[in-house]
Amino acid sequence: MAKKDSSPKLNRRKFLAAAAIVGATGAVNPAKAATAAAPETQRRLPSALPPNAHVAAAENGTPQMPSHDNGTPGSDFMVDVIKTLDIKYLPANPASSFRGIHESLINYGKNTMPEFLTCMHEESAVAMCHGYFKATGKPIMTLCHGAVGLQHATMAIYNAWCDRVPVLIMGGNDLDAAHRAPGVPTFHSAQDINAIVRDYTKWDDTPVSPQHFAQSFVRMYKIATTPPYGPVILSLDGGLQTEPIRGDTEQLYIPKFFPSAPPQGDSGAVKEAARLLANAERPVIVVDRVARTPNGVKLLVELAELLQAPVVDQGNRMNFPNTHPLNRPANVVNQADVIIGMELSDYWNTVNGFIDNGNEGIGQNVSKLKQGTKLISISSVDLLTKSNYQDFQRFQSIDVSMPGDAEATLPALIEAVKSAISIDRKDAMSKRGDAIRQAHVKGLDATKQAAAIAWDASPINTARLVMETYAQIKDVDWSLVSTAGNTSNWANQLWPIEKHHQWLGWSGGYGVGYGAPASVGAALGNRDLGRFSVSIQSDGDLMYAPGVLWTAARHKIPLLAVMHNNRGYHQEVMHVQRLSNFRNRVANIGNDLGPIGTSIMNPDIQYHELAKSMGWWAKGPIVDPADLGPAIREAVAVVKSGQPALVNVLTQPR
Amino acid sequence: MRFVRVPVTPALVALAVFASIVGGQGNAVAASAEKGKAAYIQRGCWQCHDYNGQGVATSNGTVIARTALPLDAFRSFVRTTDGAMPPYRLAVLADDELDNIYAYLQSLPQPKSASDIPLLGEARTK
Repeated sequence: MAKKDSSPKLNRRKFLAAAAIVGATGAVNPAKAATAAAPETQRRLPSALPPNAHVAAAENGTPQMPSHDNGTPGSDFMVDVIKTLDIKYLPANPASSFRGIHESLINYGKNTMPEFLTCMHEESAVAMCHGYFKATGKPIMTLCHGAVGLQHATMAIYNAWCDRVPVLIMGGNDLDAAHRAPGVPTFHSAQDINAIVRDYTKWDDTPVSPQHFAQSFVRMYKIATTPPYGPVILSLDGGLQTEPIRGDTEQLYIPKFFPSAPPQGDSGAVKEAARLLANAERPVIVVDRVARTPNGVKLLVELAELLQAPVVDQGNRMNFPNTHPLNRPANVVNQADVIIGMELSDYWNTVNGFIDNGNEGIGQNVSKLKQGTKLISISSVDLLTKSNYQDFQRFQSIDVSMPGDAEATLPALIEAVKSAISIDRKDAMSKRGDAIRQAHVKGLDATKQAAAIAWDASPINTARLVMETYAQIKDVDWSLVSTAGNTSNWANQLWPIEKHHQWLGWSGGYGVGYGAPASVGAALGNRDLGRFSVSIQSDGDLMYAPGVLWTAARHKIPLLAVMHNNRGYHQEVMHVQRLSNFRNRVANIGNDLGPIGTSIMNPDIQYHELAKSMGWWAKGPIVDPADLGPAIREAVAVVKSGQPALVNVLTQPR
Repeated sequence: MRFVRVPVTPALVALAVFASIVGGQGNAVAASAEKGKAAYIQRGCWQCHDYNGQGVATSNGTVIARTALPLDAFRSFVRTTDGAMPPYRLAVLADDELDNIYAYLQSLPQPKSASDIPLLGEARTK
């Protein structure tokens, strides 16, 4: 709560009351309006009467208003604070609870650093911030409307939390129950809006003075951008935004931001891990979110080549080039004697399996490990575990566990491994590397042959979908920003992914609806970096909040979206079928293809028409695989011109 | 099902019928690839194995187009599996439907060689 100004000047509350009185004097006086119209009552009257002199004066004249010159609004100072942190964009859906800072951003702040981008859903706005960070490595911010806008935003915030991405959120709220407007604004207020998302944000605060805001905003930026990254939120009181700063009673300052060094693994544990790895017969490196930056990729390649060990990239970031001969699939853990898992979102599921085959809904657990296999972990997420949401996954016992940032720990680990490798081990390690290289080549051949099956099918094979797309973008600096829905991971298997920005990973929390807005956010960042953005966009994901298509067109964000339109919530198609079989019942598919409630058909959605209506170039539906390449070629030309383009493709299920 | 266009030629159908009779290891039935295609869709096989039996290399839906399993082994597996695939017991899938599905899978064309597909020549190459 902002401390109220006791000076005799007009404060925000009195201004609102005065404005209401002035407004009332300008309202139509029903008695006078009736009198003026009386001579004409014998004729048929139009449904709207022309204004009489009194009404016209009220509508067109300048009412006497109290002076607004009460000093600097608090929200102007907030903009000064925000501008110190080089935040480039602010995607948001407008709302009354943050009108004070909204006005300051676009007028006082001249709508630059940050630039306000109009969004049609708070979930889209947060997901845009999410995608933008993964493309650029720089956080941006959003504003949410009190209780209700933040409720809309929650799924996207949870995705950012699970994906360890910093998103800066400010939620407007009107705390002063004695003065806030009744009715809707009060429905949209809460004691503590941050409580809605406290389980999956890294930090939150409710500043009660301009100086408090300055400290908290810089603090939240620092916390969000210190690994493990995460979303953060400030509740922003309406009064604090709109009331003037109290003159010389306060000497305001803006704390300078200095980034924190990321936490590293303990030096003793690093040495022990190096000893285990250097002496292992079959060490395996498993990675998920190691490469926070392009340098993380280089470090990982160095470690793998040093050890001549296979690398399993679980893919929540681009960690390791899939063209590298040490890149191997997940099943290599089965033969490992030492496994180092770095920034894994699910260590248990890396070294165990779960088969969903129980009639009672309880599946079967299977260990993938040989007896005696040693496990090592480096993970910053161990430093930030909460209780309610289960993103920490099942518990896995680890022999050497290092809570710390993996990328920051890698230089020390590499040096320790160099020291730990004895000369007599080098020949064996070299032979191990040769065997892995041969397996890599065989694996690639098998993958290509698997992709060739049903190559000419219609609906279009998902392997063909991604390769027809790749053929049209391979010569530009492309960035695969999202593959929403399940396309059997073909793009990650078949495209040569070597640069950090060529694959941005999945959503984190697997909340459907991430793909479209995160792609637009990533494309916004890539636009400014001169990269070409492409997404494989699924049907169900797009329909959560398709308004983000308009945002992309409105703000000229170039993105190629190739639709994986399999006309169903396919994961759920299979789940219901599975349960039907377990219960010995024929699945009721009604008039659709999948069990009732899982199909998106009858009628089929014309996604290309939807996109066109929001300002996109679009084409479809593409049914014949021979038509796909030419359609994508046209779309690529549009995207190169700076516009978004969508190709609607009817595809195989996965 | 207006989008599903599985290339089932008359010659392949005849071949499949022949194969299912001869290859049935004593359980000869006049299976129909065309009916099998309808059952494959109606009973949900496509959900994990895609419309053309190509499966999903990264998941549990394995390749079943032109399955190498003999008919008896195929029947046994589908009825009793307790792995990732849920079993299709008699109440869910009739015997003749199962045999027709087998015939359909055998009728699917031999896949192209990856080396004959230029786009796949670019796969994961620097």
